[in-house]
Amino acid sequence: MLLNEPHPLESRVLTRRYVYPQKDAIGIDQYVSQQGYDGIRKALEMTPEAIIDEVKKSSLRGRGGAGFPTGMKWSFVDRKSPKPKYIVVNADEGEPGTCKDRVIMEHEPHRLIEGCLIAGRSINSNRGWIYIRGEYRKYIDIMDRAIADAYARGFLGDNVLGSGWTFHLSTHTGAGSYECGEESALLESLEGKRGNPRLKPPFPATSGAFQCPTIVNNVETYSAVPDIILNGGDWYAGLGTPRNGGTRLVCLSGHLNRPGVYEVPLGMNMLTIINEIGGGVWKGRKLKAVIPGGSSSPILRAEECDIPADYDSLAKAGSMLGSGATVVLDETADIVKVLSRLMAFYAHESCGWCIPCREGTAWLKKILARLDEGVGTKNDIDMVDQLATSMFGRTFCALGDAAAMPAMSYVRKFRDEFEAKLNSTQVFVPAPQTQPLVVL
Amino acid sequence: MADPITLTIDGKQVNVPAGTLVIEAAKQVGIEIPAFCYYEGFSLQAACRMCLVEVEKMPKLQPSCTLPAAEGMVIHTESPKVVDARKGMLEFLLTNHPLDCPVCDKGGECELQDMTFRYGAGESRFVEIKHHVDEKQWSPAVYYDAARCILCYRCIRVCDEGLGVGALGLTYRGVGAEITPSHGDHLECDECGWCIDVCPVGALTSGTYRYKSRPWEMNYAGTICTHCGDGCKTTLSVRNGEVIRANNRDRSGINDEFLCVKGRFGFDFVHSPERLQSPLMRRNGKLEPVSWSEAIGLVSDKFLEVAARGGSFGVIGSTRATNEESYFLQKFARQGLETNNIDHHRSGDVATLLDALSGKTKALATVNDLYTAKAALVVGADLAQQHPLLAYQLRANWRHHQSSTYVVSEGPVREDQYAAKSVRAAAGAELAALEGLREDLKKHGDLVILFGASVKGDAVRSLVAFGDSLGIPVTYVCLVDYSNSRGAMDMGVLPDLAPGYKAVDKPGMNIDEMLTSPTLDVLWVVGANPLEHTQLKNEKAFVVVQELFLTETAQRADVVFPAASAYEKSGTVTNVCGEVQRLKAGPKVMGAKPDLEIMGLLAKQMGLNLGIWTPDKVFEEIRRSVRGYNVALPVIATGGAAPTMPVNGRIPVSPRPDLIRPSGDTLFTSGTLGRYSRMLNKVMEAPGQLYKP
Repeated sequence: MLLNEPHPLESRVLTRRYVYPQKDAIGIDQYVSQQGYDGIRKALEMTPEAIIDEVKKSSLRGRGGAGFPTGMKWSFVDRKSPKPKYIVVNADEGEPGTCKDRVIMEHEPHRLIEGCLIAGRSINSNRGWIYIRGEYRKYIDIMDRAIADAYARGFLGDNVLGSGWTFHLSTHTGAGSYECGEESALLESLEGKRGNPRLKPPFPATSGAFQCPTIVNNVETYSAVPDIILNGGDWYAGLGTPRNGGTRLVCLSGHLNRPGVYEVPLGMNMLTIINEIGGGVWKGRKLKAVIPGGSSSPILRAEECDIPADYDSLAKAGSMLGSGATVVLDETADIVKVLSRLMAFYAHESCGWCIPCREGTAWLKKILARLDEGVGTKNDIDMVDQLATSMFGRTFCALGDAAAMPAMSYVRKFRDEFEAKLNSTQVFVPAPQTQPLVVL
Repeated sequence: MADPITLTIDGKQVNVPAGTLVIEAAKQVGIEIPAFCYYEGFSLQAACRMCLVEVEKMPKLQPSCTLPAAEGMVIHTESPKVVDARKGMLEFLLTNHPLDCPVCDKGGECELQDMTFRYGAGESRFVEIKHHVDEKQWSPAVYYDAARCILCYRCIRVCDEGLGVGALGLTYRGVGAEITPSHGDHLECDECGWCIDVCPVGALTSGTYRYKSRPWEMNYAGTICTHCGDGCKTTLSVRNGEVIRANNRDRSGINDEFLCVKGRFGFDFVHSPERLQSPLMRRNGKLEPVSWSEAIGLVSDKFLEVAARGGSFGVIGSTRATNEESYFLQKFARQGLETNNIDHHRSGDVATLLDALSGKTKALATVNDLYTAKAALVVGADLAQQHPLLAYQLRANWRHHQSSTYVVSEGPVREDQYAAKSVRAAAGAELAALEGLREDLKKHGDLVILFGASVKGDAVRSLVAFGDSLGIPVTYVCLVDYSNSRGAMDMGVLPDLAPGYKAVDKPGMNIDEMLTSPTLDVLWVVGANPLEHTQLKNEKAFVVVQELFLTETAQRADVVFPAASAYEKSGTVTNVCGEVQRLKAGPKVMGAKPDLEIMGLLAKQMGLNLGIWTPDKVFEEIRRSVRGYNVALPVIATGGAAPTMPVNGRIPVSPRPDLIRPSGDTLFTSGTLGRYSRMLNKVMEAPGQLYKP
């Protein structure tokens, strides 16, 4: 159970039906009795344009990482296209530190289904998939059961709620690749191919799954939609700050007293989130740094953290809100080790498609392993920055940037720590040989 | 074409149609943007990131290989930012590249080497241990060294998109990503080896060429492949008189870079240990080596003796000899030996087609037409197996121009993959099946009809009538088997037709009649193997054979002359579409002489005046006297393909459809030559049954 005891500062909209502790997912009966599926009932009486307008008014932004305005994304789909249109849910929650989608699927799977239905209605789609990472076996089962229930009660199927509209939904299991959280790689994987990202344009809205117009959104994004339709876009927008509508789930992890998933309005001060909701840094230690939006977001030093946690403010601070995973590091944290671990992760997860990411992540991993072991040189520290710079913005997809951004920011903001780990002799010592040069 | 737009690249104004890629637009003003993964004619990857350019008003560098040019774009290809990015990219590439250039086959013609010299940094900062993977052998022809691979995906694309084989894919991820053949550890494919050619580095190496030479240590001879009738240009790499590689990287010729397994690897019959290198004469029932003068003298005496007593000669020509040799042979037979008993192994009914098309102009398709036509109809042929270039052209046409291909064949063929319609019909019953396609075919702007050997005799006329009834421009290709099958017919190696399909007064014996004649005195076989499956009826007949190998026919011979292969001689050949191309001698094999020279020496010994017997002079005579062959000399001289003109006039055909016998070769067989090609045989015997008859 990642959901923690509720905190008074939380504003519970998406999670309002959750109880603590909750043993089983909210069943279809309970969901329906508490306004569940009223959103789609209402949406069925609205025109697609009206649904999209409502979502636009809510200024809901994608909760997966990039923060693209959702209503805008939906409006890019050509509803009159003769091709089938598809809804795809990105539940390949791979960003280290992120654990919110699983909370949603675990507690209230029907909310996600309802969100898919509304999205499907808005673009005249008849088919959707929930792409869930393979490691989430438990949540795949929960979703499958919920989908079966929804079919049985007529919320899904050939005649949704007697409207004559067809919408089918099923889960699709990922096979353990971080890259498949990138929407175009996810679509490739969904089609049964190797999960390489696609060339963009065309974007999924024009040519997505099986070359048909497709909406790809995060679990949390879809889950926010039913309330927007029920209560209106303006109501939702009012919950957050301008251009950053609504509430969001924040995944607090790291050196905290109360790590867990909480729902906060966008724009809440970062320090409030950490100190109040998260219960402050553990063991009475001081805050050293915060990774505000998943491992790929640039790090913030403690003194940079007194800012509202919304998309625009974090962008101004040189970082990003990303997937909402806030990792807190206390004063004892070894930044070099953190970066070394991260680079190992990215080198492992690079798909290998483009040169800078494939070779760059592997190289960075090796340099950082050396720095971490105390056998690096001063040159190595500069080189980490230089290599990351020559990766940044030049890779095929965002994975290269995701690896380069932390590398650059960690080295720039915590250079003293990197230097402190250097071998005092400043003589180059080769990396420990991990594999024989020649295998006989 | 879309409206042209103007953009600025490095200060130069460029006018291109909207939608042109920036990398292509730059080429038009002479600016080369380096790239590995960009390969003209194949899908875009944007993977190598070498072609990043700076575009004003765009924050990030943009890959020029996927960036469509837009009006008013201002592009810098040599700005400090771009130069730095390229340098960075090359540094990344070289981190795990083994840098074993001194022992790498590609050294000297390696794109990575060239780019590093031109754009790269002098030194690498990489001091870690490189990621290493051992080299693998995928097939007798293809080796893969993953460590050298830069993952540009060219091999995957030529195999999948270009040929429709799709034998290569990508496995593993990150720095461990590598190209993997379809069967995990080995390839089962066409073995065409194109993947090796397009590889910009030495990751894919060729089973015939690896570790044998350096590109600057060889001489190159651009000649025409001697296997099937498609007439692909192949550039032989010759080292010390020995061919060690064949490819067409310079994209000269009608086939661009395309070659099949025979063109790329099937050249090794030239240096087979079984090649004949001295004339043989039968003494005491055994063939023994003798001198040229002795052999020529004996044959000359015998020919004069038989001619003097009015005995009968039979002459069988070759489907692989040059036009000059075929022409000279029929001249020798008709003027020197005064007989029309001349024939060759026919594999397609060209004569009937030309007769049926008489009066029409532009009715014969060229190889290039297959790439530009709106539609194509393949009747009774498995193109991918028997005419790989034509299959490739049709596929490329479909890929690039969305042309439609219709197939009427006996069994499944590879063209079914993309064919607009495929119809199955038994051999001989294809025409009946055509009616069902009539409405579909009518819709297209123009049509090329390719037909195989099962359409012959009157069926050809019916097919042409069907083509006429469609009401759209229709061109034809009569599929024939070998590199100069078409030329042999044009040159009149036929009992009833002289060069240019002119009637002869008194038709002679055809090939069957010669072999079964009880009174035949002399059988002269030039580059053919008619006795492979039959016996010569007249056991006393004197048999003269000009051949590369001791074939079944040569074993029956009284005198055998060692002949040179097409790769060792000059001359011209005519491909299946009737395009004349020039052969250029590459390797040398001691002892063998070109057929033309052998015939010339014989004529001289016999005191016959058949004109000068050098290829150039004979070709001059052909141009003067053979209908349709007055082709443009500059085109031929520069290695181009000159289409023969239509015969344009009725041809007195005495149809003998029974004499048209396709050899039924597949991708991995090629008549006599294929039997002696070590690589073709290895590929056939490779584990996993590459070759499924």
